[in-house]
Amino acid sequence: MNKPEIKEILEIVDSCNPKVREKIDDEFVEEIYITASRIVSRSVKKKVNGFEQFELRLDQLLTSKYFGFPLMMLLLAGVFFLTIKGANYPSKLLASMFFWLEGQLKILFNYFNSPWWLTGFLIDGVYRATAWVVSVMFPPMAIFFPIFTILEDAGYLPRVAFNLDKLFKWAGAHGKQALTMGMGFGCNAAGVVSTRIIDSPRERLIAILTNNFVPCNGRWPLIIMLASVFIAASFPASISSIVASGVVVAVTIFGIIITLLVSKILSKTLLKGEPSAFKLELPPYRKPQILRILYTSFIDRTLFVLGRAVTMAAPSGGLIWLLGNIYVNGKTLMSFGVDFLNPIGKAIGLDGAILLAYIIAIPANEIIIPTIIMIYSNQTKMIELEINQLKDLFLQNEWTVLTAVCLMLFSLLHYPCSTTTWTIYKETRSIKWTILSNLIPLAVAFIICFFVYRIGILFL
Amino acid sequence: MFGRKTKNQNLNFVQIEILPSRKTKVVALAGNPNTGKSTIFNRLTGLKQHTGNWPGKTVSRAEGEFILNDEKFLLIDLPGTYSLLSTSEDEEIARDFILFGNPDATVIVCDASALERNLNLAFQIMQITNRCLLCINLIDEAKRKGIEIDKDVLEKELGIPVIFTNARSGEGIDELKEKIYAIANRIIKPNPRKIHLRKEIQEKVDKLKPLIEKAFPGIYSSEWIALRLLEGDKKIRAAVENGNLLEMINKGLENGNGELK
Amino acid sequence: MTKKLSELRKGEKAMIVRVNLNGLTRRRLFDLGFIPGTIVSVLFESPLGDPVAYLVRDTIIALRKDESEKIEVELIN
Repeated sequence: MNKPEIKEILEIVDSCNPKVREKIDDEFVEEIYITASRIVSRSVKKKVNGFEQFELRLDQLLTSKYFGFPLMMLLLAGVFFLTIKGANYPSKLLASMFFWLEGQLKILFNYFNSPWWLTGFLIDGVYRATAWVVSVMFPPMAIFFPIFTILEDAGYLPRVAFNLDKLFKWAGAHGKQALTMGMGFGCNAAGVVSTRIIDSPRERLIAILTNNFVPCNGRWPLIIMLASVFIAASFPASISSIVASGVVVAVTIFGIIITLLVSKILSKTLLKGEPSAFKLELPPYRKPQILRILYTSFIDRTLFVLGRAVTMAAPSGGLIWLLGNIYVNGKTLMSFGVDFLNPIGKAIGLDGAILLAYIIAIPANEIIIPTIIMIYSNQTKMIELEINQLKDLFLQNEWTVLTAVCLMLFSLLHYPCSTTTWTIYKETRSIKWTILSNLIPLAVAFIICFFVYRIGILFL
Repeated sequence: MFGRKTKNQNLNFVQIEILPSRKTKVVALAGNPNTGKSTIFNRLTGLKQHTGNWPGKTVSRAEGEFILNDEKFLLIDLPGTYSLLSTSEDEEIARDFILFGNPDATVIVCDASALERNLNLAFQIMQITNRCLLCINLIDEAKRKGIEIDKDVLEKELGIPVIFTNARSGEGIDELKEKIYAIANRIIKPNPRKIHLRKEIQEKVDKLKPLIEKAFPGIYSSEWIALRLLEGDKKIRAAVENGNLLEMINKGLENGNGELK
Repeated sequence: MTKKLSELRKGEKAMIVRVNLNGLTRRRLFDLGFIPGTIVSVLFESPLGDPVAYLVRDTIIALRKDESEKIEVELIN
């Protein structure tokens, strides 16, 4: 476009004294603040009282040299403890309910002379995967989300960012990455979107590429379950929940350490640059709106995530059943897959069934455990749904504590789910970074599991 | 959205933008992070958007509708920002919408306990649009802290309506709705206090304004654009040079998802 | 005698004299109210010593040392 006005506009702009132009915004904001403080002094009266003193004390405690970090870990452990402890009973209840219903459904199907393949596909496949996802995931989520949201609403998260900032600065990343990381605990896709609060594109990309290293709610259940079934179970019952929480905290902290290390490596290699300035407001503490939180965390998060998991689980369940029941040369497709992946899996402390489950479960991390179980039970014809019998199933398939540790680490690190990957693409508009966002975690997962396994077998 | 969302990039959005025909009136909700803006949004629309207590919680734009006196209003919740001058992703979304989205009313949500800091954004918005009002939220928290605000003095000083709200309890929301209605329907015509610029700059701005309006018919924030040009905003300069400033309107309206460049 | 903002100790109060930063960082600090003439006090520091939280215009803002050492202030008793 070559309108004469445009030329004239640019001429006027360019004729302006650069020294004056430089200061326009400064003067503008200064003038605003001068006016604002004059107006405020005329219209606002402030009596001093003890209210803010309390807030200040709280801040000084939560960010103090000696108590800042321990309190942070204690809070995290407390959240996990409540989740593990609280979810235990309802999970069992749901599982036995679904198992009972499965029996009834089978009777019903048999009554109508349903062919074996239809019963198998629908009940052993679709139904069982769905039932699993609901009974394993629903109770922990219904507890975890509201508690996490309460901490979020009370204003604790910015304090966490404040406490951790120096570490992120060391890693060449932005302190607000602690916030986006916190968001990732709920859902990595949400965590990736929330990186928009980071101004510098370089630091934002680091935050996007490393968000995967904090376990999202789709992965919590697996970590919590393995921590309780394999590690905490060998401790007396009275402290086993505490041990399990401790293990989950340890895994989480390990994830944060990996986040920092990978951020550091990225900022020294692919995403070179200086850390940008950090300015963070620490908002006043506010009493969380409990009822609203219960509502929103239930509707927005729990049901949303559960719904997604179920829609992913149902077809995957069917797929698994098909893989386990289609024979080629006397061998199921599933066996081919498992056998093929077995050497790779074994090298990093896992096995072929677990890796196959990870491939089937790319759409949603939530269904890893049910998928593993279905692969195993397909091979061993074990059909119990009880959580306590899970361990036996795993033991039959040669699991050890080391397998559980490697699987927890693999789950923590591997790659983002397809929803998150799609979100990364939408946010970066770059195929390169989207691919890297999957390859980097995958490489990290293999390397770490490999070494943990190698070192682990020396001791076990 | 607005019944005019379109994939057609060639469509000249100005035609729609002048919009005497725009059926639904558009109300923008702006404010600093942590002012309870999302709670106001929920109160007005009846929606239950999650609100978190950390800066930058609302990272993209949320929309909702509310009806008042049989008239439908579309409410746009902009990302919380401290200013329209810096250029981060979320601030650009807010800025572009206020600059180019031509809202019928803009609600500036403030934290009653930190009014001075909140007025920075308020004055910037008041510089761009006359159709705005100040919603001083979290008034109960301020009271607990022993803060008293004189509404009449504030209204007189700022030249726009001031409403006290406590969004959590719903206090002041009805009054807020009425004022929004009155401003959007041009029943009240606020006359916001403008910040005076250095004479040298003001002269240039006055020269630039008619030229910008002539080159880009339909633009209503010519003063702000002139200032941005003088300050050296590269994006706006490029848009003027290429003659596609008006397409930024399109972007300002559609850009809900911040893309990385 | 001016000091750097980063040199203030906990509980001390000072007035900003100059902000020796440019570009986006300066812009942001100005937007948050860190402009010459503003009174700032030191509230608390992070467990690792950096960043530090300041009270400015009734809000708590945390700054890294990289920035606070570029803000000149004058101590107020």
